[in-house]
Formats: sequence, C-alpha cells, structure tokens
Amino acid sequence: MQTLIFRTAAPLLTGLMLLFSVFVLLRGHNEPGGGFTGGLIAASAFAILGIAFGVPAVRRALYFHPMAISGFGLFIAALAGLPSLDLGMPFLTGLWAAPSLFGMTVDLSTVMVFDVGVYLVVVGSITSIALALEDREHD
Amino acid sequence: MLPFAGALLAPLLVRMMKHNAGWLLAAIPLAVFLHFAGMIASVSTGNAVSGGFDWAPSLGLHYQWFLDGLSLTFALLISGIGTLIVVYSGGYLKGHPHQGRFFSFILLFMGAMLGLVVSDSFLMLFVYWELTSITSFLLIGFDHSREASRRAALQALLVTGIGGLSLLAGLLVISQATGIDHLSTLLGAGDVLRQSPLYLAALLLVLGGAFTKSAQFPFHFWLPNAMEAPTPVSAYLHSATMVKAGVYLVMRLNPAMGDTVAWETILPLFGGATLAVGALLAIRQTDLKQMLAYTTVASLGLLVMLTGLGSDKAVEAAVLYLVAHSLFKGALFMVAGLIDHESGTRDITMLSGLRKAMPVTFAAAMLAACSMGGLPLFFGFLAKEEIYAALGSPHGWQALLLLVAICANALMFAIGFSVALRPFVGVATKTPKAAHEGPLSLWLGPAILGAAGLVAALAYPVTHLYFSSPAASAVAGKPVDVHIPVIPHVSLPLLLSALTVALGIAAYLGLDRLRGMMANVLGAIGWGPDKGFDQVLRGLLRFSTGLTRIIHCGRLDVYMTVTFIALAVSLLLPMALFGELPSMPAVPDFRFYEWAVLAIAVIGVVAVVRARSRLAAIVSLGIQGFAVALLYMLFGAPDLSFTQFMVETLSVVILALVMTRLRLAPTDHRPLVQKLLDATVASACGVALALLLLKVTQMPFDDRLSQFFNTYSKTIAHGRNVVNVIIVDFRGLDTLGEIAVVMITGLAILALVRIRPKNPVSGAKVAEEA
Repeated sequence: MQTLIFRTAAPLLTGLMLLFSVFVLLRGHNEPGGGFTGGLIAASAFAILGIAFGVPAVRRALYFHPMAISGFGLFIAALAGLPSLDLGMPFLTGLWAAPSLFGMTVDLSTVMVFDVGVYLVVVGSITSIALALEDREHD
Repeated sequence: MLPFAGALLAPLLVRMMKHNAGWLLAAIPLAVFLHFAGMIASVSTGNAVSGGFDWAPSLGLHYQWFLDGLSLTFALLISGIGTLIVVYSGGYLKGHPHQGRFFSFILLFMGAMLGLVVSDSFLMLFVYWELTSITSFLLIGFDHSREASRRAALQALLVTGIGGLSLLAGLLVISQATGIDHLSTLLGAGDVLRQSPLYLAALLLVLGGAFTKSAQFPFHFWLPNAMEAPTPVSAYLHSATMVKAGVYLVMRLNPAMGDTVAWETILPLFGGATLAVGALLAIRQTDLKQMLAYTTVASLGLLVMLTGLGSDKAVEAAVLYLVAHSLFKGALFMVAGLIDHESGTRDITMLSGLRKAMPVTFAAAMLAACSMGGLPLFFGFLAKEEIYAALGSPHGWQALLLLVAICANALMFAIGFSVALRPFVGVATKTPKAAHEGPLSLWLGPAILGAAGLVAALAYPVTHLYFSSPAASAVAGKPVDVHIPVIPHVSLPLLLSALTVALGIAAYLGLDRLRGMMANVLGAIGWGPDKGFDQVLRGLLRFSTGLTRIIHCGRLDVYMTVTFIALAVSLLLPMALFGELPSMPAVPDFRFYEWAVLAIAVIGVVAVVRARSRLAAIVSLGIQGFAVALLYMLFGAPDLSFTQFMVETLSVVILALVMTRLRLAPTDHRPLVQKLLDATVASACGVALALLLLKVTQMPFDDRLSQFFNTYSKTIAHGRNVVNVIIVDFRGLDTLGEIAVVMITGLAILALVRIRPKNPVSGAKVAEEA
C-alpha cells in the first residue's frame, strides 16, 4: 500500500483514531463506549499505520512490545481490585474519589483504572496479532 | 517409619564413609528387626498389636496398623534379611558411583514392604502395595544405562502396576459388598463376604493383584527378567519381600475369602501350573541367577497352591515353606552374587573347583542347598514333611498336585545343589577373574541365613512356638498348633521325601542332558508370555498411534466440520426430541429503513456465497457484519453496535492478512460434493441457532436483573452506561478473567504465526511425532 494519498493520510488518521479511542474509553462510564471498544479502535489505528508504513515503523512508534502492553494492562486491572481488599470489601469493589482540579470536579475511581487495564489488554493483544500477520520479513 | 528416614540419610553417609556406610545403615533395619522381635512374646500368645491415627477422617481414611503372627513373621523376615542385604550391598557395590542412591532405594523399598505387611486399612495396604511396585522399579532399573535393565524394570512395573489396579478394584468391591475397610474386621466377617453376590468378582480382582505380584503363571515372566538388577536386589526382592507380597495377601485373606469352591480350585490350579512351569524352565538355564529365579517362581507357585488347599496341614506347610524359602533363597542368591563378584562369571558351565578358593562361601551355599533340598535336620525338611503330609492323602485331581509337587521338588533339589555344589567341586578352571574368598560383608549374609536354616530346625520347639504356630493360626483363621519334629520318623511323608531326594539326585546327575531336552522343547514352542508382553505393548502403541491419527488428523477443515456438526446436532436434537421447537413468529412491523438494513445484511450473505475470489468474500462478510451492527443501533443497543463495528472492521483486516499470508489460491476450488456437504453443515448450524434464538425470545422474559442494573447503576456505581458498569464493576471479576483469556489467546496466536519449521524435513518429523 504505497499510494501517496494513503501514506499522507495514515498518520493523521492514526492520531485521530487514537485520540478518539481514549475519548471512547473515558466516556464509557456514562455514554456508549468503554475499554473494549476503545481498545479495538486503537488497534485498528495501529493496523492502518502498519499497512501504510510497514511493521518496523509501528514497532518503533509503539516502543514497547504490544504483548508487554497487554501484560501491563492485565496487571493494572488486577491491581485495581486490591485497594478494596484493604478496606475489608470484596476484591474489585469500586472505590471513588472526587478531587477538584482547576475548579472542576473530576471523578476518579478504581473502576476507571480497571477499564484502562481492559483497554490496554485489548490494544496489546489485537495489535500484536495484526502486526505479526502483517510482518512479511520472515517470508 | 525408620527406613524412610534412613533412605534420606543414605546418600550423605555414603559420600562420607564410602562403602563402609553399609555397616552403619544396616543398623536401621536391625533396629526395626529388634523392635519387631520385642513383640514376639505378646503376639505368639495370640494378641495382635494394633494402633493407628486418623488420616483424613472426613473421607473415612484411617492410617492403622495391625500385627498378628503372619504380619510379624513377614516383618521379621523383611527387616532381618534386609539387615544382611544392606551389609552385603556395602561390599557388593563397593566403589559404585551411585551406591548412596542404591541404599536409598533399598531402604525405601524396605519401608514400603514393612508398611504393606502391617497395614490394616485397605487404603494403606494399597498405597504400600504400589510403593513396593515403584521402588522395585527403581531397584530393578538401577543399572539404568543398560537397555535390558530398563526393559526389565518397565516390565516389572507394568505387570505389577496392572495387578495393583486390579487389587484396588478388588478391595473396593470387598468394601462395597461388606461395608468393611479394615483387614482386621474383615477377617471376622468372612461369611458375609463369601455369601455376597460380589464374592467372585472380588476374588478374581484380588487374585489378579496377588498373582501378578507373586509372578504366578502366566505372569511369571517378569521375575526372571528382573534378574537384570544387581544381585543384592534379586536376593532381597525375590527371597523374602516383593514377590512374597502376593503370597502374603493370599494368606492374609484366606480366613476371609478361603474355604470356597472357587478359592480351592483357582489357587491350587494356578499355583500348581506355576510350580511345574517354574521348575521345568529352571533347568533350562545356565546362569546361576536365572536358575534361582525360576525356582523362586516355582516356590511361589507351591506357596499359592498350599494356601489354596486350605487344610490345616497345608497352611502349616505353607508357613514353614515360606520361612524356609526366604532363608535359603536369600542365601543362595547372595552366594550366586558372591561367585559372580569374585570370579567374574555366573555361567554354571564355566565354573568348577572353587571350594579351595572360597571355602566359607561353599559352606554357606551347602547349608542353604541342604535346606532347599529338604534334607533332614534342616528347616526345609520340616516344610517338605508338612507339604507331603498335606498332599499325602489326595482325592480326585489333587493326586495330580502331589505328582507335580514331587517332580518339581526333585528338580529344585537338583537346581539347588547345582548352584551350591557344582561351582565348587571338580577341577579348578580358569575364570575371568582369579577367584578368591570375598570380604566379610559379602559372606556374612549367606552364612547367617544358611546357619539360620539349620538352627531354626534344630530348635524346632521354639521356632514353632514363636513363629510357625502364630503365623499358621493367622492364615487359618483359628488356632493351629504346629509340632512337626526335626527327627525323621517313618511315615508316608518321609517316604515321599526320600523319593523326592532320590529323583533329585538323578536329575542333578543328568542335569546337562535335561537342559538340552528342555532347550529343544522350548525352541519348538518358540513363544512365551515374555514375547507376548512385547507384542501386547507393540499393539498398544500401534493402536494409540492409529487413534491419534484419526482424531488428530492435522486438517483444519475436518476439525471445523466436526465442530460445526456437533454444534448443529447438540442444538437441534434436544429441541426436536422434546418438542421444544418454537412457534412461527408473526411478521414484525418494521419501518422501511429497517427493512433496508435487513436487506443489506441478506445481500452481504448472498455476496459471500457467490463471491468468486476469497478477498471479495471477506469484504462481503464485512458488509453483512456492518448491517447487523446497524440493526443493533436501530434497536437500541449502541454499545453492542459500536463494538460490532470495530470487531467487523478488524476481522476483515485480519482475515485478509491471514489469507495473504497463507498464500492460498485466490479462488475456491472445492469439488461439488465437498461444497454441498459444507453448505449443508452451515445451513444446519444457521437454522439451529435461529431456532434457538426464536425459542429464547418466546420464553417469558425475566427482567429482575435488568431492573436491578437500571436501578443501581447510577446510585452504587456512579455510571449511567449500564452495559459498561456491568462490565467493569458489577461483573468485574468476569471481565478480569476475560481479558486474561484475550491476552493468552493473543500470545497463542502470536506463537502460531511465528512458528516456522527450520527446514521442511524437521517440520515433517514434528508432525509425525505429534
């Protein structure tokens, strides 16, 4: 896929999609969206980048191995369940805090951390599969 | 249990003290021996020693032991001969790099064997039974760099292991039939067991265990092969322990299961056959250890036969012969090992004239052989007298047993003396090593055992009081008094003994000719259970390979077809059988754009089926998927629709990538038959799923869960999006599991994509091995 239009548009598209995926992830608690969907969008973004510029470019851009990202996601998702144990509540009970930043109330929660974990697992796994399939070097 | 602790210590001690560790380690079985010896007085008056503790009370498992005359006799033989064997192995394996391991194994085995004979609960009996199989596997395969050794070990393990399973089944049947799971209580409840309809099944299963362990014909083949083990192992396993475990079991169960037609037919029959086969095969051999091994097989047959006859005399004879055999066979095996160790060969045709070089060994061997041959003044004589007293008044087919016993005993007499006498007399010949007397540790064992056979007989009132009578009582299940004297007195048994000795001398003199005859006969048969064992194993391997080929054929399309057929059948069959088919739904009242989206989905499917190139088919599949996503959107499931869009996009991308990677032909080229079959399976799956969904929607809808989530989503979990709140909060643990699965799947796919055979040949090899 070496067409000029695609190569020009791809980075922009990827950037937009990544931004959108984070948006979808964060709004998921109240509107349609969430970790799964956001993760799938981000994975598609990386797939597009891979088709346009080749796998090595994506790997460089990601810096971490996608599977490591996935592992980290699983790790923080599990971690998000721990604080509630400390307070004598069952594993994974949601905890909320609402600090004020710059005059706005921001709802933070362990549930959000958990959702970010889901997001990272999906991004990492799907991206690593897609990249492995796109990778033609070994053929 | 002391031996198990000793097994841990052994390697350390050997490293520190080299072969002299044998002397120190022998203190362990000696201590056990003395401990058991302290119980003689109380047990001989008929009091059984018992004890135990709860293991897993909730499962009804108890760890209990129980010692009566029979157990005690066995325990003393095991620990006593064990002491001598440990000393003997210290000298025999002097300088062997794995001597510590060897001591470890043999002490472990000793512990298992002791545990077996003192076990009360069935469970404990079985566990120790299996332990002896496993430890004997280690011992027989000790010389693991040799193929023959490994084969023998595996053979012993398989044969006795299968027997062990049979025993387990038998014990389970017994406890099912009687509700008893302890030997001590079972002994008093024999009538319940005998009248149970399950009696025959239990009997056959238990005997399956006992016969394999005790090498009864046709399972006898593993025992001679096990001679691949170092001689101390053979001397220990095949004199007093391993192979006697089966005899112990039969004797132990005699009061509970004996005294029935089945018992008194099966046991003498198999025992007699084993006795005959063992004695005949023994004369065929030229290797000292092999000759002894086959006579062991014969002796075990004799013991089983006597136990099976079940009369008081037969039981007494069995107990006496058991003790006598343990003593003389242990001594003779050690002598054979000693000769091998000092002269470098065990082939009887190459040995003669060693009496000058090895006088102590010669004396010990003669003591043992006299006992084996049943000459007066020796313990073997007492046993033989009792055997003939038991068989002396035969009726019906038992006359055959008497005949077999006389001939086999005569042959054993000949073998015993050809092992103990022939290598020592005659002109001294050249042997691979210059023969000379072995060290103290080597001749101590056979000398003590040989002498014990004489002393026990001379002090017969004491022996009977403390050993023979209590043990025989335990086997018979009622008090029995053994009082056979060592002084010969003219009677039928004595005449039969004399006949045996005369025949034995004749056989000894004509041994070479007999051996030639047997070799011809066996050559003519050309097939034995040993070969049969190999054939069975080969057949099993071929069968499992064939089965794997069928199930695991390596063709993706076959796997998928089978999976989908299973899916369709499992959905359709119950619905059709139980009349649960859904009723025809009414045509829904859709708006025009809803119809349009539905039409797009249908067009997508048609396009998939009609597409000429694979790429077009994949894209068409995407169209269909997007249409479905739109439908979700229209009917109020935005989250689902959102996800569906993304999944469809990614699956089109990934499918396309997979296709290019696999380098498939761009078009479909399945034959028509294949296409029809696949189409049928696909339609069946589709119809089945559609019916299922229709049925589900026609069921009354329970909306308690939806109510709950809608009510509490905002108040408890601070979220308006119910779907997402369920995913990350209410059912968070499920999601955690799911993302773990996503990740593992990702890893697996990554690994699959990355696998590439280094070269085609190794790839093919991997496929074959798989």
